[in-house]
Amino acid sequence: MIHVKHQVAFERMQDTLYIRLSGEIDHHSAVDVRVQIDEKLLSDRPKYVYLDLSSIDFMDSSGLGLIMGRMATANRYGGQLIVLDPSPAAGRMIRLAALDRVIQIQFSNTERRTSK
Amino acid sequence: MTATIDYTARVENEMDLKMPSRSVNEGFARAAVAAFCAQLNPTAVELADLKCAVSEAVTNCIVHAYRDGIGEIRLNVKLCEGRIVQVEIRDRGCGIPDIKKAREPLFTTDAAGERSGMGFTVMESFCDAVRVQSRPGRGTTVVLLKRLHP
Ligand SMILES: Nc1ncnc2c1ncn2[C@@H]1O[C@H](COP(=O)(O)OP(=O)(O)O)[C@@H](O)[C@H]1O
Ligand SMILES: [Mg+2]
Repeated sequence: MIHVKHQVAFERMQDTLYIRLSGEIDHHSAVDVRVQIDEKLLSDRPKYVYLDLSSIDFMDSSGLGLIMGRMATANRYGGQLIVLDPSPAAGRMIRLAALDRVIQIQFSNTERRTSK
Repeated sequence: MTATIDYTARVENEMDLKMPSRSVNEGFARAAVAAFCAQLNPTAVELADLKCAVSEAVTNCIVHAYRDGIGEIRLNVKLCEGRIVQVEIRDRGCGIPDIKKAREPLFTTDAAGERSGMGFTVMESFCDAVRVQSRPGRGTTVVLLKRLHP
C-alpha cells in the first residue's frame, strides 16, 4: 500500500510555535495535516506561528489552501503566521498564487534564498 | 504556446490506468505519470510541472466530480513525436456547467473545503496547453499537453 508521505513536527518556545512540514502536500495529506495543526494552535494559542516549508518535496494548490487556512486559524485568536524557508516546490506555488502579498515569508539565511 | 503544439503528432508510446476516486490515489497517479515519462529523460523541472498538473486534475475528480461518493478516474498518457506528453484525465462525475468560469484564477465551488481555486491556473502555468471538455451530469475530460526540451 501507499505510505503516508507527510509529516508534521512541532516545537514550542515561549510565545512561538515552530511547525515543520515535510514530504508531499496534496489534498490527501492536507486533510490530516490541517487537523493536526489546528488542534495544536487552538490548544496552545501561540502568538507567533512559524510554518517551516523547507522540507516540502511536492506541493500542489491544496498546499495553498492549507497555508491560508492555518493563517485564518491563527488570526482568529490573535496569532500571526509566518512562512519560513519555502522549498522550491513550495516556493513556486506561493509565487504563482502571489501568496507572498498576503502572507509573511522569512528566509533564515540568504544562502538558501540565492540557491533557489 | 498553444500554437507550437501539434495535436496530430504520431503516438510513440501509450499507457492507460483506471482507479477509484480515493484521495490516496492522488500521489499514485502523479508518480505513475512521472515514471512513464522518465523514458524521455525529462528535466527535474519538467517532471515537477507534470506531477503538479496531474495532481490538480486528479484531485478535481475526487473533490468535485465525485464529491458525494466514489467513481472511476481514467488516466491516459501518450508520448508523441516531438517529445510531446499528452495526459488525459477523465471522470464520469457531475460535470462543469461553466468551463470558462471554472478556469478563472481563484474560482472555486468548494471554499469550505479549503480549495484555493488555483487548480486550473496551475495546470495552465505548468503545461503548454490545457483542454477541458465537460457535460453536466455526464463528466469531464481534461487534456494536458507538455512539450519536453529537445
Ligand atoms: N472534474 C471536475 N468535475 C466537476 N467540477 C470540476 C472538475 N474540475 C474542476 N471543477 C470545477 O471547477 C472549479 C475550479 O477548479 P480548480 O481551478 O481546480 O479550483 P479548486 O479545485 O480549488 O476549486 C472547481 O471548484 C469545480 O467547481
Ligand atoms: Mg482543483
